[in-house]
Amino acid sequence: MTRDQVGAVDPHDAAARRAVIGDSLGVGIATGLYGVSFGAVAVASGLSVAQTCVLSLLMFTGASQFALVGVVGAGGAPFAGTATALLLGARNTLYGLRMAPLLGWRGGRRAAAAHVLIDESTAMALDRPTRELTRLGFLTTGVSVLVLWNLFTLLGALAGTTLGDPRDYGLDAAVGAAFLALLWPRLREPGNARIALLAAALALAVVPFTPAGLPVLLAGSVAVLIGILIGGGHARPSEVQP
Amino acid sequence: MIWWAILAASVGCYLLKLAGLAVPASVLARPWVSRVADLIPVALLSALVAVQVAAGTDADGDQILVADARLAGLACAVVLLLARAPFLVVVVGSAAVAALLRAV
Repeated sequence: MTRDQVGAVDPHDAAARRAVIGDSLGVGIATGLYGVSFGAVAVASGLSVAQTCVLSLLMFTGASQFALVGVVGAGGAPFAGTATALLLGARNTLYGLRMAPLLGWRGGRRAAAAHVLIDESTAMALDRPTRELTRLGFLTTGVSVLVLWNLFTLLGALAGTTLGDPRDYGLDAAVGAAFLALLWPRLREPGNARIALLAAALALAVVPFTPAGLPVLLAGSVAVLIGILIGGGHARPSEVQP
Repeated sequence: MIWWAILAASVGCYLLKLAGLAVPASVLARPWVSRVADLIPVALLSALVAVQVAAGTDADGDQILVADARLAGLACAVVLLLARAPFLVVVVGSAAVAALLRAV
């Protein structure tokens, strides 16, 4: 991939900039497109088009958005959805710690950059040879995802309202598939698959005894706790150092 | 009620992002913090998968476990992910399988 070659290119070379922009736009387009599935799923879960679009515009972090919609759609209390979304959003804090010294922004620029601090913009900004290319990768990816994610959320939401019963189109099954696809790349880390299975089993075990929305929070917290207790050896301090 | 939940979660998610860029790295740069941050999405997303696919409600509105077309949709998602299909293909494919099962 061109990302790996960037280090060998003269940083002042326009070719390096073009490579970063090209890669970032590619990721931005691929990610933005699946906003359509968020839009359709959110409306199918009972949110209005306006609520769906506000989530993409203001929350703008995919896994948290899907989580809030998933909990609310399953009949859970809205604030159980908020809690789940916030827990999932906490990983962006870690991305921020890693990106802050690399981006080197302060004040208003930092406040604006925070909005587009997501999985994709972090991934496309890391390992660049210069601060200029780091910022370029971060902004090109972040802004292109922001624009396209919101555009395709609106399209998906509008399409969702004209579909009729979302179950006829399997949209309820699509939510589970979306969560699994978000989870999939993380299962390669050692020990994570065990924690995933444990969390899923715990959630299913408490479903018949708890109101909707609680099984995810309960199982998630207990699984994280157990993961820390049994898996301390997997800590990767390099993850949070620039 | 839903609006308040949406706004609270949106503001909270933004502050979580800003905190990462603004808080001195030494405050949070400890191994267990990165381990927790690594585990939270794994645990929550897999619990969400399980509940999303197997939870339903009975006649009284209480939560119960249900095996229906969603399970087949999830199986399809696993196959597509093993085949390295892109996100949108995985989501649309599993929806199509569930829809097809319900239609026959």
